[in-house]
Amino acid sequence: MLQSKMRFNIIVLAKQVPDTRNVGKNAMKADGTVNRAALPAIFNPEDLNALEQALQIKDTYPNSKITILTMGPGRAAEVIREGLYRGADEGVLLTDRAFAGADTLATSYALSMAVRKISDFDIIISGRQAIDGDTAQVGPQVAEKLGIPQVTYAENIESIENGRIRIKRRLENGVETVEAPLPIVVTVNSSAQPCRPRNAKLLQKYKHAKTVTERQAENIDYIDIYSERPYLNLIEWGVADVDADVKLCGLSGSPTKVKKIENISFQAKENKVLSDSNEDINELMKELIENHTIG
Amino acid sequence: MANFYTDTPQLKHHLNHPLMKRIVELRERNYQDKDKYDYAPMDFEDAMDSYDKVLEIVGEICGDVIAPNAEGVDQEGPTVHNGRVTYASGTQENLDATRNAGLMGMALPRQYGGLNFPIVPYIMAADIVSRADAGFQNLWGLQDCAETLYQFADEDQKNRFLPEVSKGATMSMDLTEPDAGSDLQAVMLKATYNEQEDTWYLNGVKRFITNGDSDIHLVLARSEADSTDGRGLSMFVYDKKSGGVNVRRIENKMGIKGSPTCELVFKNAKAELVGSRRLGLIKYVMSLMNGARLGIMAQAVGLCEAAYQEAYDYAISRRQFGKAIIQFPAVYEMIANIRAKTDASRAMLYETARFVDMYKALDDISKERKLTSEERVELKYYSRLADAFTPLGKGMTTEFANETTYDAIQIHGGSGFMKDYACERLYRDARITNIYEGTTQLQVVAAIRHVTTGTYLNRIKEYEEMPITPELESLRRPLTKMTKMYEKLVEIVTSPKDPEYLDFNARRLVESAGHIVMGYLLLLSANDNPELYRRSAEVYIHFGQNEVIKNYNFVTKFRIEDLGYYKPILNK
Repeated sequence: MLQSKMRFNIIVLAKQVPDTRNVGKNAMKADGTVNRAALPAIFNPEDLNALEQALQIKDTYPNSKITILTMGPGRAAEVIREGLYRGADEGVLLTDRAFAGADTLATSYALSMAVRKISDFDIIISGRQAIDGDTAQVGPQVAEKLGIPQVTYAENIESIENGRIRIKRRLENGVETVEAPLPIVVTVNSSAQPCRPRNAKLLQKYKHAKTVTERQAENIDYIDIYSERPYLNLIEWGVADVDADVKLCGLSGSPTKVKKIENISFQAKENKVLSDSNEDINELMKELIENHTIG
Repeated sequence: MANFYTDTPQLKHHLNHPLMKRIVELRERNYQDKDKYDYAPMDFEDAMDSYDKVLEIVGEICGDVIAPNAEGVDQEGPTVHNGRVTYASGTQENLDATRNAGLMGMALPRQYGGLNFPIVPYIMAADIVSRADAGFQNLWGLQDCAETLYQFADEDQKNRFLPEVSKGATMSMDLTEPDAGSDLQAVMLKATYNEQEDTWYLNGVKRFITNGDSDIHLVLARSEADSTDGRGLSMFVYDKKSGGVNVRRIENKMGIKGSPTCELVFKNAKAELVGSRRLGLIKYVMSLMNGARLGIMAQAVGLCEAAYQEAYDYAISRRQFGKAIIQFPAVYEMIANIRAKTDASRAMLYETARFVDMYKALDDISKERKLTSEERVELKYYSRLADAFTPLGKGMTTEFANETTYDAIQIHGGSGFMKDYACERLYRDARITNIYEGTTQLQVVAAIRHVTTGTYLNRIKEYEEMPITPELESLRRPLTKMTKMYEKLVEIVTSPKDPEYLDFNARRLVESAGHIVMGYLLLLSANDNPELYRRSAEVYIHFGQNEVIKNYNFVTKFRIEDLGYYKPILNK
């Protein structure tokens, strides 16, 4: 996998998440957990940044292959289609009742097993974190489990030469450019380039792409096309398909237990009176920069 | 995170018109492409689903990229250096986004890399783009020129140029010159044929050329040296890669500032003849202009929609005298009128687009096989309606774009006069729509024969016969009254057989027809979708009735000899 070549196999780890950016009044359930049914399911925003990085590699090395790997319920197949509409080549949906209730450890275990099954890969790219959990742990854990290097907080993949990848990282206090050997896991920040739009032709080409489960559940209008056009059959893997140990999956594989959830409402308690003196304004500016309100 | 397609339910209403079934069937030649192209539709439902989903992409790009860029593009504008144009950075981003999304060559057949969309969904994309940034619609919408190449160029030219357009090459139509604006017969740009090289060379100047530094130009030029009128003009295609055309300057305009309006100098520019000599103006440009006029209608509709959104949002949030200003009758009347004019303009746009779709598809098929006698009747019927509705719609909707954007500023009060709000940009952008691609006055010239020959009246009578629910009868009554007044007006104005008297009143007649047609279109929309259209139908018919009465009063109280008071005194 290490040799320098003009094509790369890229796996994009993508997650379907509830859109927590447009929160209505039904966003939370009484027990304090996210009401997934009330929020639109979207492609995790930073995973889109990750996909764009993958697509740019493919722009430079057109023979590269991009596989979207996602774990979730059946409807998460939508994430794969969204990836295909933007230029990904294929997708794998990791779905099984036994995967349900996974924390980051169980998730990264399942994903790493799927990656092993895909086996031929050079770069795994994912978003830094998902907007529903905000842990930023899954990418790094996948790298650990696969025993390969990782570069987090990536803003841009600058080049790939002689089996080494050069990556610009956006950190709290500045920018850092690092180099690492392939294969590698890269997690991408939201400061990276936004993902390109869905393409009209690709959308029309792939809009009928379905998993077997989807085809069984829905009334499919065009039965013949699935045998005529193999790319419309989305891959679906369960625990057994990736040779995973069921004890390490889902709830049983998750040491993280949520003990208690509290609702917090933000209140403006403090107020400060500022004069229009230069000192006061400078102080305020410093404070705003320090707490990242601006800058 | 806005989507300009899904947030406007009126669009889907028009997309799902019953005539679409026939339009798509013709356009897709019974879905024969499905075995050849992986993105071709299987059947009608599949095609409609694709239009819907692709328009969702358009709506997303417009909401997330093009609209947020509009203010910056307006301020920055394009620049020219060493004869080449650089777009504003936002314009470049918009172009990249639309190219990446595969939204170029939308209406071109698949064999040239296009999406083969009918006019209705294509023009709907134009409507949405215009709402986001009317200036950008000019650049994106110039892909229309490819349609002219498709219709009239030879197979070799089509194979070379059209796939480039689908990939994102920009286009321009180089028609006007310093002394040839509305009167294109006066075009002077010289086309000389070099027999040895079997090549044409172009020399001269073009002025007011939208996107004049484009990749592929359609150029109107004088190929017949001894000629002086339109019959000596031919159409050429010029590829920027050949060289020979430079941009001398770009105009400093009032609006649509992101769209570079260029003065071009042709110096021995190598070009290819399109179609036959001498048919440049009389056949090809006329066809080009009809397509472009539909595009400008879409631009007007998009501007109306934008004006409505801006005005409504402001009127809801702005409080004076202890309440939101939208609560005041003087304000909500303006808002309701903007909504009604927007809905009426949009109804007109898609009615016209359907006519164009029908006749173009049939016309195209007639080149592949002999049409059946029913199809020939259909072709004649829709081609006449397209011909009649294009100038009527262009005239009406672009005037409405001016009125709605004007009112949007009025609703904003003093704030609307400031650069801080989008409404002032909309107003400036709207101002060109009733000027270019033929002024409203010239649309009236094109439309008046459909008043005198009865095309509009016949169509109005067809609308009158269409079944509606009993609760909407109260709306049909004023429309039949307006129609009677219109008939009377036509009789009064045509009976003296005085051409000048007819010309003088032509706009009053054409506009009266327009109000009746648009009133009916809203009534029929309200019949299908009362929740979405009932209010606008009521408001528009009130408005339109008043306009027809005004025209009626003017004409009936006007004596033919009063013309003398208007005529210029030239001997001074």
